[in-house]
Amino acid sequence: MANITNDAAKPERLQLLRVLGPAHVWALGVGIVLVGEYMGWNFAVGKGGMIAGLVACWVAGLLYTCVAMIDSEVTSTVAAAGGQYAQAKHIVGPLMAFNVGLFLVMAYTMLEAANAITVGFLLDTVAGMTGHSGLHQQPFIVLAIMFLAWLNYRGVLATLTFNLVIVAVAFTAICVLFFAIQFGASNVPLDFSAVTEEPLPYGWLGIVASLHFGLWYYLGIEGTCQAAEEVRSPARSLPYGTMAGIMTLLIAATLTWYMCSGLIPWEYLGQAGTPLFDAARVTGNVWLMVLLFIGTIFATLASANGCINDASRAWFSMGRDRYLPSWFGAVHPVYRTPYRSIVFLVPIALIFALGAPLDQVVTFSILSGLLGYTFMTFNMVMFRRKWPLDTIKRGYVHPFHPLPTIILLILCSSAFFAVFLGYGTQLIAMMCFYIIASLWFHFRRYQYVRRGDQFTMPWPRPQGY
Amino acid sequence: MAYEPKKQGLAAQIFDVVTLLVLTVGALYVPLYMGLAGAAKTPNPIENPTWEALGQNAAEQRQWEALGITDPASVNDMITARFDYSFSWAALIIMIVSVVGYFVLVVRLSDREYREVLDERFGSKRKGG
Repeated sequence: MANITNDAAKPERLQLLRVLGPAHVWALGVGIVLVGEYMGWNFAVGKGGMIAGLVACWVAGLLYTCVAMIDSEVTSTVAAAGGQYAQAKHIVGPLMAFNVGLFLVMAYTMLEAANAITVGFLLDTVAGMTGHSGLHQQPFIVLAIMFLAWLNYRGVLATLTFNLVIVAVAFTAICVLFFAIQFGASNVPLDFSAVTEEPLPYGWLGIVASLHFGLWYYLGIEGTCQAAEEVRSPARSLPYGTMAGIMTLLIAATLTWYMCSGLIPWEYLGQAGTPLFDAARVTGNVWLMVLLFIGTIFATLASANGCINDASRAWFSMGRDRYLPSWFGAVHPVYRTPYRSIVFLVPIALIFALGAPLDQVVTFSILSGLLGYTFMTFNMVMFRRKWPLDTIKRGYVHPFHPLPTIILLILCSSAFFAVFLGYGTQLIAMMCFYIIASLWFHFRRYQYVRRGDQFTMPWPRPQGY
Repeated sequence: MAYEPKKQGLAAQIFDVVTLLVLTVGALYVPLYMGLAGAAKTPNPIENPTWEALGQNAAEQRQWEALGITDPASVNDMITARFDYSFSWAALIIMIVSVVGYFVLVVRLSDREYREVLDERFGSKRKGG
């Protein structure tokens, strides 16, 4: 539970409200991620062709299943706002925690920016289809981010209940499109001839390269554990909501690949801004187009909503621990939300949403997520070594350890190589950023941090220390 | 004895936040402004493009038309563009060293900080340690 430093200001003594159930956890996780089915994943097809897109879908699914298994065990035991940040603080150390906090904030803020860009792009597309081309996207981008930030500011229960509803609609839209196509609602039949005629335009290297954007199918499912301090029963709700979420996404991702690859030429699909909406356009059915338009808007809003929620919790947690100025660690006296962190991150999201291309923002988000998944591998090993199974009570124990960890590390290494193939400069720039930020924290910022207050779990001293 | 952290003034707090912001924005925008960002495809347009010459069968032609694209010349670049996945081994080694080096640096420095945390939380195991 919340640990407040002794000399924190009075508002910081307030705690977040425990009002959420497993369905909210599912809505938070799937809500952040489902937009990956509506946009972004299809760049994987562009990077390697249709088969590569499907392999990336399943390989990334395996990667995220490992992430969900590992995360469920650690988070059901370290139930604190900040999720992986709190895990790192207790298992690896403060500097790792600071980095993990930054991974989370960067991944979610960039994803939020990508969502806002997509909202603007989709509205522009639809305006063009109705004869009003040249729509200014910027006001809609700003409006989407501001509205969702306001919703987050006003309370977590309303925010995630809103997410629950719109995510359900967005997921239903994918299922409806699938069944409608199966029952002949499309004027254009499914065609998978490219699978046989041009199966791997880049050879096997294309499959590896496509893994870069294959991550986008599921990126952010680990965000479920950010709600750890706001769920009524973390040990039950977090594993249940997370595992249900990854299963939902595996189904949605496979359906999405099937429909889009069958209805859209791969060369177009590989660069499309809103592939599911485009698939609905190809069917020629106006009702399906309207449904998928709503689904895309809802998916992007749900994702941006969840991202604001998660990024602000991570920023809040770092402020509360003085890793950042403690001003950010305040809870709103009425709404019980980390309101200063929510407001502070709004202009940062806008800087990226209004000024950077979509693929750059997506890559920035993926890279931060990837660094976080790499951290999970050695974090899991250290967790089991420092506190073996019989030493502390866990809410959930994942099976087959260390197999998921080994698989995750191999897949993360492959994904780093995939990013390197197209975006090596960004990768190096990102690593420079994290190295400089780490040195800044260790040699400057850490002097303001209370040492003993970092360890708040009621556990015995770790073995080997 | 517990470590007593320094007090930080308002100006220093703002400075710290601005430092992080500049680093963050720089990490994304510096490669963009230097023209080093992204993996651009290289188009290889063909002469007198037709759907058949561009390798699009009858079903795919219907899909293009359903997307509102009826002129094959307008998607000549899109269909013929390809990524170049050639890379330099030196760049790959720099990438590996930077990622592995980063994690080694962070874990080692974290471990030093972690031991201080544990000593304060559970009491020091070593005299003067």
